[in-house]
Amino acid sequence: MKPTNVHDPDYFHKVVDCQWACPTHTNVPEYIRMIAQGRYTDAYMLNRASNVFPAILGRTCDRPCEPACRRGRLEEGKPVAICRLKRVAADNKDDISELLPAIPKVKNGKRIACIGAGPSSLTVANDLMPLGYEVVMFEKNSKPGGLMRTNIPSFRLPEGVLDEEVGNILNMGVDIRYSSPVGSLKALVNDFDAVFVGSGAPRGKNLDLPGRFETDRIHLGIDWLESIAFEHVDTIGEKVLIIGVGNTAMDCCRSSLRMGGKDIKVMARRPRAYFKASPWELEDAEEEGVEILINHAPKRFVVENGKLKGMEFERLEWDAEAKKSTVIDTIFLPADDVILAIGQDNAFPWIERDLGIEFDKWDMPVVNKVTYESSRPGIFFGGDAAWGPKNIIWAVEHGHQAAISIHNHCQGIATSERLPVGMKLIPQKMGISEWSYHNDFNPSSRQKMTHVDLVNRFKQLNVEVEIGYSAEQTAREVQRCLNCDIETVFTAKRCIECDACIDICPVLCLTIARDGDEVDLRGRLSAPAANVEQSLYASEPLPQTKRLMLKDEDVCVHCGLCAERCPTAAWDMLKIDLSIPQVGTICLQPSNPEPVHA
Amino acid sequence: MPSIAKPIAQHPSLKKNNLGLTVRDYEGTMSTLCAGCGHDSITAAIVRTFWELSTPPHMIAKMSGIGCSSKTPTYFVSGAHGFNSAHGRMPAIVTGANAANRELIYIGVSGDGDSLSIGLGHLSHAIRRNVRMVYVIENNGVYGLTKGQFSASADIGSKSKRGEANRMSPIDPVMLALSLGATFVARSFSGDKEQLVPILKAAFSHRGLALIDVVSPCVTFNDHVGSTKSYLYSRQHQYKATESDFVPPASEIVAHIGSANGHISEATSVTMHDGSVVKFRALPDGYDPTDRQKVFSYLQERQGKGEVPTGLLYLDESVSDVHELNNTPDSALTSIPFEKLCPGNAELQKMLEDFR
Repeated sequence: MKPTNVHDPDYFHKVVDCQWACPTHTNVPEYIRMIAQGRYTDAYMLNRASNVFPAILGRTCDRPCEPACRRGRLEEGKPVAICRLKRVAADNKDDISELLPAIPKVKNGKRIACIGAGPSSLTVANDLMPLGYEVVMFEKNSKPGGLMRTNIPSFRLPEGVLDEEVGNILNMGVDIRYSSPVGSLKALVNDFDAVFVGSGAPRGKNLDLPGRFETDRIHLGIDWLESIAFEHVDTIGEKVLIIGVGNTAMDCCRSSLRMGGKDIKVMARRPRAYFKASPWELEDAEEEGVEILINHAPKRFVVENGKLKGMEFERLEWDAEAKKSTVIDTIFLPADDVILAIGQDNAFPWIERDLGIEFDKWDMPVVNKVTYESSRPGIFFGGDAAWGPKNIIWAVEHGHQAAISIHNHCQGIATSERLPVGMKLIPQKMGISEWSYHNDFNPSSRQKMTHVDLVNRFKQLNVEVEIGYSAEQTAREVQRCLNCDIETVFTAKRCIECDACIDICPVLCLTIARDGDEVDLRGRLSAPAANVEQSLYASEPLPQTKRLMLKDEDVCVHCGLCAERCPTAAWDMLKIDLSIPQVGTICLQPSNPEPVHA
Repeated sequence: MPSIAKPIAQHPSLKKNNLGLTVRDYEGTMSTLCAGCGHDSITAAIVRTFWELSTPPHMIAKMSGIGCSSKTPTYFVSGAHGFNSAHGRMPAIVTGANAANRELIYIGVSGDGDSLSIGLGHLSHAIRRNVRMVYVIENNGVYGLTKGQFSASADIGSKSKRGEANRMSPIDPVMLALSLGATFVARSFSGDKEQLVPILKAAFSHRGLALIDVVSPCVTFNDHVGSTKSYLYSRQHQYKATESDFVPPASEIVAHIGSANGHISEATSVTMHDGSVVKFRALPDGYDPTDRQKVFSYLQERQGKGEVPTGLLYLDESVSDVHELNNTPDSALTSIPFEKLCPGNAELQKMLEDFR
């Protein structure tokens, strides 16, 4: 097996599973350590540098980091509550206004239009304003935030939290124009040096079944949630059926409960394993008494004399993979209101087709996956507008990448130009058996979020259900983090093959073995390396026997004992400090994978 | 001393033995030896051996004397009995313990100082008596606890850390044991668990004293150029005289015979007292691990060439152990009622009367 190229920043980056999984590569272990030290403001600002909206995301993020978390692969199987800890940083931070980037008074003369004031557009503004760009933002609603405001109910995301973080960006001097839906892109393009389309996926999917248009009690989920956010609606019937079982459906059913709904049923076509909603959102809805019915396919709306009576469903039986179904029977469920939450589409009726923006066969703009540029130079897409509905954290990453491209475009650099990821490896050794991080493994279990009780949470629409972690819960949860960014780094030429590291490793990560190909080696380690998603770290041939030192990264708890028991410091613990380039990253840290010893 | 205890986190695929214990259940407390000490590796081999043999921890007695080696019983099988005795007295204490309770499984861990200097007499007599125990000598050629003076096993010409050469001839525990009539003699290297673990397993099946001399480099005082007990020297001069497999009694024999190593000749198998089998593979021509004279001259010849022959070198299952020699009861003396064990003054007087 070839020696692992640890000079490639991706290798050690991938070991930090959470950071690797995060679209914006937030430095999770570092901010968790800051929280452990009570440095909430620092933790918040470190978050903000990559994900821009720590307080919002600390409540609403899709958390791709958590299923990736190494802790989840250990016996107990529960990842670190990364998202909850993000909220802890946001809840406890001090005033950060002094820490936000300075905005140059003298502008650089380039004007950027952002269409929509959602997370991707706001990120573009956040990245470009400090460089002297003028950003004009067009928003169809009377308030900013995009789907963060219209689609996420205030019992999950309080308005004040949203206003603060969105305000931090708008207050950089963004020229925001509310209630200004863009009716024509053509009218806009010549007034700006670049246009960023971050208009989201604003059109809820319809369910064209018999009876659909015979009543006004059938609602499109995202439109209905928006009506609540802008206080156009404040009631709903007692019996409500929600069609679909994604996160929008969860927000709809829980909102229904707060608008007067008593009997709320979420109707799913397929078995539970195939639900789109995040597990924690399903749990929260069920805790509130929402009933989720599986294997029910909508057949028709039953409307009598213009009044919605309910719906007919076919009950299905699925095969093992839930690919093919057979109908068992048809049942009727009464309903006062039906809410459709079966997905969203993009729609660009306001983009003229003769602008040079290529549209594909699904009538979607063709967008470059790296530059986020359309086929017309200077027009960029991001967020849900680019490739359909994703989530906030992806929208933020789109914004960062589009901002780089926009900057390149305005400065006459190829939009595809990207700086490489930089890496520093920082020694953590403070003395003999002494590290600069808390290396002990803490067996605490994942801390459970406490909720407002089931009486008080329904008293007002905007009572935030999740209370947030207490100081004690925070203190326990931070210690569950395995500090995966404190990397085990091996220097083959120092090794005397004494086996000390292998003998001490609590999770059987290490092996010294004869060379072979990777598949062969994975089978003859101290413990089988069955998880091929996780790298096998292979050394250069060892000096005494020419065997290889091998480390299966899979369940390493980063306790540092291999390095403590190593007599020659062949193993060492080094902290990886990645530099993920953003627009304005001017001085990259030099790539320095050779361990530095004081 | 490490900053933390070994984390309780386990590999998800960690297996359990016949007793439902994982290998982690056979660990002891954290080692306070120097990082990289060969002794820690031997400890790990002992842990693995007990786990693979599914030995009940409460049936193990860990015995030792004084020295770096003698600290190590603390670092394996926390649930076992143990006795950390005076310097060099471990074999005597084991003899006593074994006399009283023959049902326990005795492992004595000693060093070259403890066994070849102050305790040499005790070692010799334990071998003579053939006390049933596994006797591990963690042999590093120096007194580590007192800063690296040469021990009795240091080779002539081997250099100390400060460059001074040893001039006294060494005591070789393997040759010594052979000459004293030992019935199980092996040598291994701390850096070679693939060899050491099967030897340890066979040793626990042996019906008498099983002596294993394990070259175990002292990473602090004897791992430099010029030392004949360093990791590098040991690797360069280790010569695997024999290679052996240990086949426990019962069904597993079938699996082994059917394995890829089907060429093992039955002639070089030794059946142990408890029914398990030691199968020798890759024996040198004319080598008979049951012929004391041949083994003796073979080792002399090899060692004369500067090699360190390793493996299970000599094995004799025919000799009685201390209990058989003394015709003691089959069960442990500790399980015999006191009245029977000590019949009282009247009986004693009767006995004395017979001698008058």
